[in-house]
Amino acid sequence: MKTNTTSEVVINEVATATGANQQFSALKVRGKRLFNWVAGLAILFGLWWLGGYMLYINPDTTNFADFGPIPTLKAFPGLWADGTIPDAIKSSGYRLGIALSIAISVGIPIGILLGRSRRFRELSNSPFQLLRMISPLSWEPIAVIVFLSWNQAIIFLLAIASVWPVAFATAAGLAKVDPAWFKVARNLGATRWHTLTQIILPAIAFDIVTGIRAALGVAWIVLVPAEFLGVTSGLGYSIADARETLSYDHLTAMVLTIGIIGYLLDSSLAYVIKHWCWHRAA
Amino acid sequence: MAIRGISIEMDNLTHRYTAQSPLTFESVNVEAAPGESLVIIGRSGCGKSTLLHILAGLLEPNGGSVKLDGKKVEGTSPRWVMMFQAPHLFPWMTVTSNVGIGLKFANWPKKKIRERVGYALSLVSLEEFADNNVQDLSGGQQQRVALARSLVMEPEMLLLDEPFSALDAFTRASLQHDVRSIAKELGINLVMVTHDIDEAVLMADRALIMAGQPGKIMHDIEVDLPDPRERNDPQVRASRVELMKIFHDAANTPQESPSELVITTI
Repeated sequence: MKTNTTSEVVINEVATATGANQQFSALKVRGKRLFNWVAGLAILFGLWWLGGYMLYINPDTTNFADFGPIPTLKAFPGLWADGTIPDAIKSSGYRLGIALSIAISVGIPIGILLGRSRRFRELSNSPFQLLRMISPLSWEPIAVIVFLSWNQAIIFLLAIASVWPVAFATAAGLAKVDPAWFKVARNLGATRWHTLTQIILPAIAFDIVTGIRAALGVAWIVLVPAEFLGVTSGLGYSIADARETLSYDHLTAMVLTIGIIGYLLDSSLAYVIKHWCWHRAA
Repeated sequence: MAIRGISIEMDNLTHRYTAQSPLTFESVNVEAAPGESLVIIGRSGCGKSTLLHILAGLLEPNGGSVKLDGKKVEGTSPRWVMMFQAPHLFPWMTVTSNVGIGLKFANWPKKKIRERVGYALSLVSLEEFADNNVQDLSGGQQQRVALARSLVMEPEMLLLDEPFSALDAFTRASLQHDVRSIAKELGINLVMVTHDIDEAVLMADRALIMAGQPGKIMHDIEVDLPDPRERNDPQVRASRVELMKIFHDAANTPQESPSELVITTI
């Protein structure tokens, strides 16, 4: 029978203790993070509640007390049950989805061209910078004339707002690609298609998704004011409708819904970015 | 040892990068038999790397031609594969994916790729790292992956552009030994560019000394040493001293002197 020597026992005990310590430290860090996350939201809600309370106690503003968190939270079940929130999410999601798809399918090729062709980059730099600096909403009157429906016009506004982050992030990603990879790929018999699909796209996937995340942020901001006019569905419309009917609790519930969905979408993309990032931390 | 290398014929090769730039090299005439290992030695800027890129079909020469097995080189081919100074692996891929990428480009079936990659990894002793991301490997291991990536194509000629220069001495020595023995075992040609005399003695059947501005092949030296070659073997050391002397003389030959090719055996 094999017996452990004293030094082996000591080493094993130290190793076990070290492992347990590391686990405890990791757990502590995660606990702290969770606490801060909850505490941050609690502070926000606390301030909101305070604002609502101040409105409530002031006779001049008491009519606006429904802006506070408690009436807002009470409004949620009704808005969900009568389909206001699901329908608004569906309509806005549809517009956002189509617009982002357009932005991605136009933005990535533009970005690749910007990154790969010096001539295209030089030719397009001024017009693209100029177009990029035009506020997306300022296209609205033109979009309404050009497109047959308000729906299409809104999709256009969202697409034009989100195409630039995708294109520029793709180009920036391509600029960081090691040119030797192309030489190696050619040396191993890659065609242009292989180079695009097996080398360029995986190499810049992280940058593209980062661009999509930025695009989503911009599109999400543009979505609400774009839906204020013309359409009778969507999150923006629901806010405008609640304002006109003086349903302040509904209004803040919709605002909160926009915040929650935006936060969830952004967090999902942040997760995808983390998953697709092949860069090792230094 | 079965020879499945390629015959090399460089005929009066001349190159300059642009019409305005000076000649990189001129009048390069080299012939090599299938399975032969050529090492081109020269100082930085003499055009040896450019010559290798032309041989690989990655660059087109301004004058002259390269014929491999009697056929003019007009581009890259899986029959001749180049290994670069740095491994240039694709960092988002595993070792297996990196090694098999050339076969994937050639539309090989997945099963066959797996088999061939396994064999290539066994040649470079990296089987146990097959599923690792290449970023988790050391510099030497990464260069071994690059070697496997080249060997998996079953090339008839392996072109090496100073591939060991960034490695530590131990890894370099082990890779030098492995690359030569794999090349000899497979019977393929090696054409290597280096400025390291030791490396030339350890790896070459013939050492070509390139010098001057524009670069020219000044010496063609047969390195007649038995395998395996050990750095501390007296014969290897003697050849090193001799090659160093020839290299030094060639490097210090005045530009205006006639530069006729000198053929020697050491």
